[in-house]
Amino acid sequence: MTAWLIRGPAPYGGEPTDLLVRDGVIAEVGRGLSAPRGAHRLDAVGLVALPGLVDLHTHLREPGREDAETVETGSRAAALGGYTAVHAMANTDPVADTAGVVEQVWRLGREAGLVDVRPVGAVTAGLAGERLAELGAMADSAARVRVFSDDGRCVADAALMRRALEYVKAFDGVVAQHAEEPRLTAGAQMNEGAVAARLGLAGWPAAAEEAVIARDVLLAGHVGSRLHVCHVSTAGSVAILRWAKTKGTRVTAEVTPHHLLLTDELAETYDPVYKVNPPLRTAEDIAALRAGLADGTIDAVATDHAPHALEDKETEWGAARPGMLGLETALSVAVLTLVESGVMDWRAVADRMSVRPARIGRLGDAGRDLTEGEPASLVLVDPAARWQVDPAASASRSRNTPYAGRELPARVVATFLRGEPTVFDGKALL
Amino acid sequence: MRHLLSAADLGRDDALAVLDTAERMESAIAGREVKKLPTLRGRTVVNLFFEDSTRTRTSFELAAKRLSADVVTFSAKGSSVSKGESLKDTALTLEAMGSDAVVVRHSMSGAPHRLAGWVRGSVVNAGDGTHEHPTQALLDAYTMRRRLGRVDGLRVTIVGDVLHSRVARSNVLLLATLGAEVTLVAPPTLLPVGVEAWPAAVSYDLDASLPKADAVMMLRVQRERMGDSYFPSAREYSRRYGLDRRRLALLPDDAIVMHAGPMNRGMEIAAEVADDPRRSTIVEQVSNGVSVRMAVLYLLLGGPSPRDPSLLGAPSPRDPALLGGGAGTVPRRRRA
Repeated sequence: MTAWLIRGPAPYGGEPTDLLVRDGVIAEVGRGLSAPRGAHRLDAVGLVALPGLVDLHTHLREPGREDAETVETGSRAAALGGYTAVHAMANTDPVADTAGVVEQVWRLGREAGLVDVRPVGAVTAGLAGERLAELGAMADSAARVRVFSDDGRCVADAALMRRALEYVKAFDGVVAQHAEEPRLTAGAQMNEGAVAARLGLAGWPAAAEEAVIARDVLLAGHVGSRLHVCHVSTAGSVAILRWAKTKGTRVTAEVTPHHLLLTDELAETYDPVYKVNPPLRTAEDIAALRAGLADGTIDAVATDHAPHALEDKETEWGAARPGMLGLETALSVAVLTLVESGVMDWRAVADRMSVRPARIGRLGDAGRDLTEGEPASLVLVDPAARWQVDPAASASRSRNTPYAGRELPARVVATFLRGEPTVFDGKALL
Repeated sequence: MRHLLSAADLGRDDALAVLDTAERMESAIAGREVKKLPTLRGRTVVNLFFEDSTRTRTSFELAAKRLSADVVTFSAKGSSVSKGESLKDTALTLEAMGSDAVVVRHSMSGAPHRLAGWVRGSVVNAGDGTHEHPTQALLDAYTMRRRLGRVDGLRVTIVGDVLHSRVARSNVLLLATLGAEVTLVAPPTLLPVGVEAWPAAVSYDLDASLPKADAVMMLRVQRERMGDSYFPSAREYSRRYGLDRRRLALLPDDAIVMHAGPMNRGMEIAAEVADDPRRSTIVEQVSNGVSVRMAVLYLLLGGPSPRDPSLLGAPSPRDPALLGGGAGTVPRRRRA
């Protein structure tokens, strides 16, 4: 294994130092380190070093929709975005609800070798919301599944949700809920409010998310289980989570980059690239989500990277599938909305995009400190760079980014996975 | 103006230009043995109807034919559209055939906006989902102006399923632009969340709003809405929000009753009210629809922009663009 001397990066945006990476770990940290014989050198002066990012919420589409994304293309997009681990959601075809499917996804991830692909197991068989999938078999498989989610659909049945929360305690699992009361969102197209009223698009009320979160934190508290809430999108949800945390409930939550930046007014174009579930909300919601992330009520930024084939987006708004790309732009959007706006510093960004998501997913060797002896999974970011998002340049197989043409701050220069570069000079190496 | 997608596309001058042009169209046709003007000769208008609508489709067809345009009508049934062809492919097909204007009716809100991004010709929204139906609002305003002499300052009450009504959305926008005062009356379940932002007052009490109304517009209410608990029964709906003979008597003497059709007689409007010869404008609305749609097609395809003051300054039925020369004398505005 080659050694790397990374000269002059600023860990967490603090004091610059050198990092010596050898045998997959950070061997030395300090100023003026000398390179051992045969070591590569990387000039990282002016760059910020962070632990490799961890995504709790990625749709890799394989198996089933390899025309939209594969484990390999999604892994490449992830590495380019600074990620070293991603959780692959279960709503594939076939659904990842058996040990066989989660092991297949896990193996494809190993073969691609760009990030650690951690499969998420479905909570219910076929995502049908009727009976539990074989959660224990997925936990015991080679994929060692710890996060279970029917994402894309809500586990709407309260009794079934309670049982799932209880059952996963046996292997320290967590149920990641897509909070959406389905009876309140039948046919829903966008955030219910003034814009939807004007556009004549059926509304997705904030209460449909908040009601399920309120129910689930009460259930999790009652049975003492771990609950994770996917893609929190409303100010009301933040308030409920804050209350639940003060009660000591073991609940964690994530917010997507797009819910930190984009509002429902973008639907005025009727361009379904802005159609997503949960929908884009209002400026007030954005402010509450940023504040909730800053004070720790929300634990993580997660991409909900959702690639879609062109024909599923070049349609009427109502016919389009919901979802947007996120892996390659997440860190930049976080810098724009959190660091440049003064809400958070780089250490907090590392906490919400690496440390805490790794802890929630029970990933032992991800989200670790940049100190001697720790795994050398890290990302080097140019905080001064600005770049324009070009959908055609994406490593994803899909093009449905809502940021096309937008200028974003901060660029990933290099990503290391256990001492090996996966991205170098802003380009994927595999 | 290149497209007519929303009533909000029309400023006050634009809207008045449509109404004035419609008037000229009507008088120009009235004196003719052959009810045709040569204005859009050689231009192609495609009626693209993804949703059945005999009334609107026929009205647009007639409007285009009276302007001597070539008219092609695609309806979803029996065309490639019903075989799963995408809106985009349909658009590209029409584009390849060289259509100058596409009149589109679609069950999904925003479909005309999408279409406008894929074709170079003009797109006219003939009703999209629960969004808008701008030519209906124009013909309603035209009808009010003919019956009541003005739109500015009129008090208009719109009653019924506002939540799902494209007619209501377009009317609220256009009537506000033209200076009318709009009151929406509906059960709270059939008003959208966010209606407070509309330029209209809201009431749940029909009886209270009728004595002040110059015009009352009844919206179609589909019986299926009962199944989704928007209201308990058809009988309760018509009792609280239907326009019957008793309520008709609450209106001021010269107030008019409007309905965009198709009507549910006995549901939102009693048969005897719909047929009241003095107050009901329902049949008149249909004939006005043709003149207004002629005006819209003319302004989009045949003449100068409605923002162009020369049009407003020359509202003569002897205008050569209207009567005399054919397509050759009319400046083409395509690909503007």
